[in-house]
Amino acid sequence: MVEGALRAGCRFFAGYPITPATEISEILSVKLPQVDGTFIQMEDEIASLGAVIGASLAGVKSMTATSGPGFSLMQENLGFAIIAEVPCVIVNVMRGGPSTGLPTFPSQSDVMQARWGTHGDHPIIVLSASTVRECYDMTIKAFNFSEKFRTPVILLIDEVVAHMREKMVLSDEEGVEIFNRVKPTVPPEWYIPFEDTPSGIPAMANFGEGYRYHVTGLTHDIRGFPTSRPDEIGPFIARLHRKISQHFSEIQMAEFFQTEDADITLVAYGSVARSARRAMIEAREEGLKVGLLKLLTIWPFMRSAVEKVFQVSKILVVPEMNMGQISREVKRVNRGVAKVFALNKVDGTIITPEEIMNRIAEVA
Amino acid sequence: MAEVTKLIHKYLRHDKKFPHVWCPGCGIGIMLGALIRAIDRVGYEKDEIVLVSGIGCSGRLPVYVDFNTLHTTHGRALTFATGVKLAKPSLKVIVIMGDGDAVAIGGNHFIHSARRNIDVTSIILNNSVYGMTGGQYSPTTPYGMRSSTTVYSNIEQSFKISELAVTAGAVFVGRGTVYHAKLLDSLIEKAILKEGFSVVEVIAHCHTQYGRQNRLGTAVEMMEWQRDHAVNVEKAATMKSGELQDKIVIGVLVDKELPVYQDEYEKIRERSRAVAGR
Repeated sequence: MVEGALRAGCRFFAGYPITPATEISEILSVKLPQVDGTFIQMEDEIASLGAVIGASLAGVKSMTATSGPGFSLMQENLGFAIIAEVPCVIVNVMRGGPSTGLPTFPSQSDVMQARWGTHGDHPIIVLSASTVRECYDMTIKAFNFSEKFRTPVILLIDEVVAHMREKMVLSDEEGVEIFNRVKPTVPPEWYIPFEDTPSGIPAMANFGEGYRYHVTGLTHDIRGFPTSRPDEIGPFIARLHRKISQHFSEIQMAEFFQTEDADITLVAYGSVARSARRAMIEAREEGLKVGLLKLLTIWPFMRSAVEKVFQVSKILVVPEMNMGQISREVKRVNRGVAKVFALNKVDGTIITPEEIMNRIAEVA
Repeated sequence: MAEVTKLIHKYLRHDKKFPHVWCPGCGIGIMLGALIRAIDRVGYEKDEIVLVSGIGCSGRLPVYVDFNTLHTTHGRALTFATGVKLAKPSLKVIVIMGDGDAVAIGGNHFIHSARRNIDVTSIILNNSVYGMTGGQYSPTTPYGMRSSTTVYSNIEQSFKISELAVTAGAVFVGRGTVYHAKLLDSLIEKAILKEGFSVVEVIAHCHTQYGRQNRLGTAVEMMEWQRDHAVNVEKAATMKSGELQDKIVIGVLVDKELPVYQDEYEKIRERSRAVAGR
């Protein structure tokens, strides 16, 4: 994740120590100053995300990393980054909750906090990873999406993946696409900082580059000034949603493993997707036609990918280390086409291939 | 053209935002005037200034002026300012907060910004009350006073913001009132010229909420109270603590030198490169 962030151009990190995400802080505190970047340890997670947003407004790609309790504190400024359309990346290495919960054990219980943790109607982009390589790739994706869509992007990682050691070869980056925010090209007096464009994404001027404008957490008009006019509020909130929803095809990423002929498809993400893949292979060896849909984008929820699976599989099994935060979404888009079964585990241990195999045997 | 008209033309935003939200008689306008005059005297370009605020009556200030302006979440202005400053040290970052902003919800950010010696200027409008939400008591509401949430009297002791800033390590701390407008001009000018974490506490009146609930009279009468109770710091040094009980000590309370965060961090960068190059 650190290498991905640096490759993506991240040059500012503000964070607060928290298990199991602290390693990201530690490594960046060493590496960022070497590349003229800035690392600062703030007094809490609220301050961390505040500083990240400030740095991004000044034109520097910025990120923070935390775990569940810290992520709860960040919800306030996460909403600010959404309404003020400030690119930034937040890594949440999940732990079991509620509250201090299970600091050192794996969990996937922040899926819904990532979606709805901050108040108000808002779109959000949340990505996941199940391998070390994906941590690298998804961190770059997270920065690219945040810059492109002017929005915070959350990377939900579970403790197993975050602490995993795997070999990866970074082949001097040919083909790595890095996206930087689109800046205004018009003269300052023509610049409309929150203009409704066809893409829904206005050009972003950085502080100190001649485009003086107002940034606020209040609902604002296209010039950034607070408004209470319904004819300005409605279109603004609609645009915030539209700038994400009309780019679903680009944002939503998933991998399909042998789903073409699968009677049963597993839907999984994070470390559980690894167990699910092993279970799929073993089930196939036993003659069961099992497939896997691995979600890389958690939010916006990949309705299209799940619907594609429904065309073939009439049984879906959703293993996850929570009480059913994604299986509920799968059931929501199902509408009676298939049978959807959850496999939930919240005891601080990982879901093993055997447990998934057993669940398949139960429902097959 | 009168000097004040020139300043208005140069620094206020003319597109859409007036009339402002403040009550007639409010002291925030005086503070804004002092800030604009100080910035003009020092001669900063408008592009160089980032004006950051939190939430409340004071939080609405940046929207009216033609700088890079950032209206953040309640109490968090200093955290955003920290990010802006460290990401682009060439910018001059000035933070406007109220008493609730700075020492209630944002109290932790305030003391830590002072401790780190982040190079930003904090201007804190202290009117002893949460005005915008209807006059609830704040950490600076004096003991025994009335507010919307202390109708039977406030039983909490109040913070002294400037003294808190001094203790937390701010390198420049000044206190003024909106009555002493000329002093305010010079305090803000000194603060923005100071490298490191500088604080100007501005004692102001909220006649609409605090004044009305405590029968303190009109805005003018409350400003006369400021005049009658202010003691400059030199004179205060000669007075006994008992005599200073109900007084406001105004002037420069601290002006000292400490290493500034961004300069120290530059050394860290050099050290890290040396380590990486080994």
